[in-house]
Amino acid sequence: MADQPTDATPNSIMRRRILQGMAALPAAALLPRAARAANLPTATVNTSGLAVTDDTVTCGVLHSLTGTMALSETGATEAEKLAVAQINEAGGVLGRQIKLIQEDGASDWPTFAEKARKLLASDHCAAVFGCWTSASRKAVLPVFEQLNGMLYYPTFYEGLEQSKNVIYTGQEATQQILAGLNWVNKEKGAKTFYLIGSDYIWPRTSNKIARKHIEGHLTDCKVVGEDYFPLGSTQFNSVINKIKLSKPDVIYADVVGGSNVAFYKQMKAAGIHFDKQTLMTISVTEDEIVGIGGENIVGAYACMKYFQSLDNPNNKAFVAAFKKMWGEKTVIGDVTQAAYLGPWLWKLTCEKAGSFDVDKISAASNGVVFDKAPEGYVRIHDKNHHLWSRTRVGRARLDGQFDVVYETPELIEPNPFPAGYQ
Amino acid sequence: MIGGYSFGDLGAIMAMQGFAGLILFSVFLLMALGLAVIFGQMGVINMAHGEFMILGAYVTYLVSSAFSAWAPGAFAISFIVGIVLAFFAAGATGMLVEWALIRHLYKRPLDTLLATWGLSLIMQQIFRSIFGAREVGVDLPDWMMGSISATPSIDIPINGIIVMVLSVLITAGVYFLIFRSGWGKQVRAVMGNRAMASAVGIDTERVDRYTFGLGCAIAGVAGSAFTMIGSTSPTAGQLYIVDTFLVVVFGGAASLAGTIASAFTISQARSTLEFFLSGSMAQVLVLLAVVVILMIRPQGLFVLKVRR
Repeated sequence: MADQPTDATPNSIMRRRILQGMAALPAAALLPRAARAANLPTATVNTSGLAVTDDTVTCGVLHSLTGTMALSETGATEAEKLAVAQINEAGGVLGRQIKLIQEDGASDWPTFAEKARKLLASDHCAAVFGCWTSASRKAVLPVFEQLNGMLYYPTFYEGLEQSKNVIYTGQEATQQILAGLNWVNKEKGAKTFYLIGSDYIWPRTSNKIARKHIEGHLTDCKVVGEDYFPLGSTQFNSVINKIKLSKPDVIYADVVGGSNVAFYKQMKAAGIHFDKQTLMTISVTEDEIVGIGGENIVGAYACMKYFQSLDNPNNKAFVAAFKKMWGEKTVIGDVTQAAYLGPWLWKLTCEKAGSFDVDKISAASNGVVFDKAPEGYVRIHDKNHHLWSRTRVGRARLDGQFDVVYETPELIEPNPFPAGYQ
Repeated sequence: MIGGYSFGDLGAIMAMQGFAGLILFSVFLLMALGLAVIFGQMGVINMAHGEFMILGAYVTYLVSSAFSAWAPGAFAISFIVGIVLAFFAAGATGMLVEWALIRHLYKRPLDTLLATWGLSLIMQQIFRSIFGAREVGVDLPDWMMGSISATPSIDIPINGIIVMVLSVLITAGVYFLIFRSGWGKQVRAVMGNRAMASAVGIDTERVDRYTFGLGCAIAGVAGSAFTMIGSTSPTAGQLYIVDTFLVVVFGGAASLAGTIASAFTISQARSTLEFFLSGSMAQVLVLLAVVVILMIRPQGLFVLKVRR
């Protein structure tokens, strides 16, 4: 089964290349409108059998539209569609309009792998924007490496991964965590931390990094408690009592999904107010607050690279365009913005490489700069396919938005394999 | 002084912890009552129980949105209206489902399991199509939020008290309906011996329909109450279904007292263990204990004596 597509590829590539070469010649002569595409004949920009014609290039979007993860992945899907629409409006990529094929991962990791195989092996997508959870990324990674596809992955994640076939447009764990801990230590004089998270790889790895940093790099600081709850837990009263008993300076939370809502509602009900008790989270974006309710989380700090309230011209244009396309009530969280970067970075890389070929894109990605990003200037790292980005601390407001209270002065280097933190 | 804490601190925590256990008990009881009626009295395994809860939650959401849009002055009572409407909406849907689906499958319990599981998927997708995949935030009246400070270190969450009151009321209601009313006698007669009940003139189809509707209606109320403590999204029902079945099966399917005892045992065990261990570990140990006890006593804690 698994070998079939690879066996079939050489033939179909040859046939496709010949057809495309034949198709390109008359098109170049007859269509003055596609001037830029004509300068870049399909046979030149696509030597590896991708679905590229003289005026279109096919890309894939692979997120969960159904199942548990649909609530998180909706924003990412919307952002990617917006970016593609804007790119097409501005003339496309190498003179070609992007055609999107959307597949539903259905919150099920084997389905993600199967759909990724479909997008690469039978649709020949030039790039795929998608995945949200680490589990789904781990499921599709072998497919992308085997069939040589290009994945733009938007979520902040635990690090410890790097692939020539993936561009990570979210932050890896050390980028997101260390600056926030330093800030809360310096500004709030925090010495004791209580770590609480959902029980899977991302919170566990993130808390491990946080613990190493707290105990090893901050002076006189310690972790007074660490707790994990299965995904989907809805009862937090006991742990809230434990937190009350150990009186930490900071509650450091990476609870995700539906549990988030229960956790903050019950904190509020138990009389914990975030103007007296500092709470820092790395898992609550504007998207989550819609479900949690602003009144239940007002005053808490979130540490990530993007907030909808960022005050810069790029972001204002982005927010306006997003609301125009998806409705006035939608909110934009960190991952949504990172997903928006995917198609743009891919376009810039294609233009830099002068090609759609995955190997050339993978190599040309190093050092690509996107200065129109809503979060501000970003650059792909010269070696590891992650993004240089700033880290920001925001304070939750009653209306579900964040006031940005701190931003790192410099871009932080991505370091997916941090020495001393593993 | 124990472990650096004063006795005052420890006392306060003991009180809070006891209260946390009671809240968990009420939550479990509320979740399980509807299923206890359906599974216990009818023998139907309703995998869509969680979705009926979420139906109640969405009704509450609609009611609270409607109140804040058109009658902000009366917002304080929106939640009570929401609960009542959730009861009727979920009950009516339940009766419809019984009529269209369940009644054809009474003799095939395993098929019911599959059919109701399919129903749960269908309901999730309907919620998703209507309300969107994202979570919705349910606005609650101010009087239901926050906590009562008994002493400076003891805070009692108000929503916990509301859940407790609700679960006591509904347990009492179910008790009277099943064991003290004429209709309850019919329900128990049908459960005991369907053919004989039918022969003495009980309309068994009608009894089935109302029993199923009642179970779903209680699920709707539970879902409505849980908007105070949990999330409202198309798939949130899945978060409750495992615990619900655990409570009902552990308690002994056909027994109301068993459901109460089992909800109490499981909630106390879990909330105590969660305090001393990590949350995941606590759940593992509780599940393990339940499995072992069910191996020794497959019929659950309490058994109703029925002549078979």
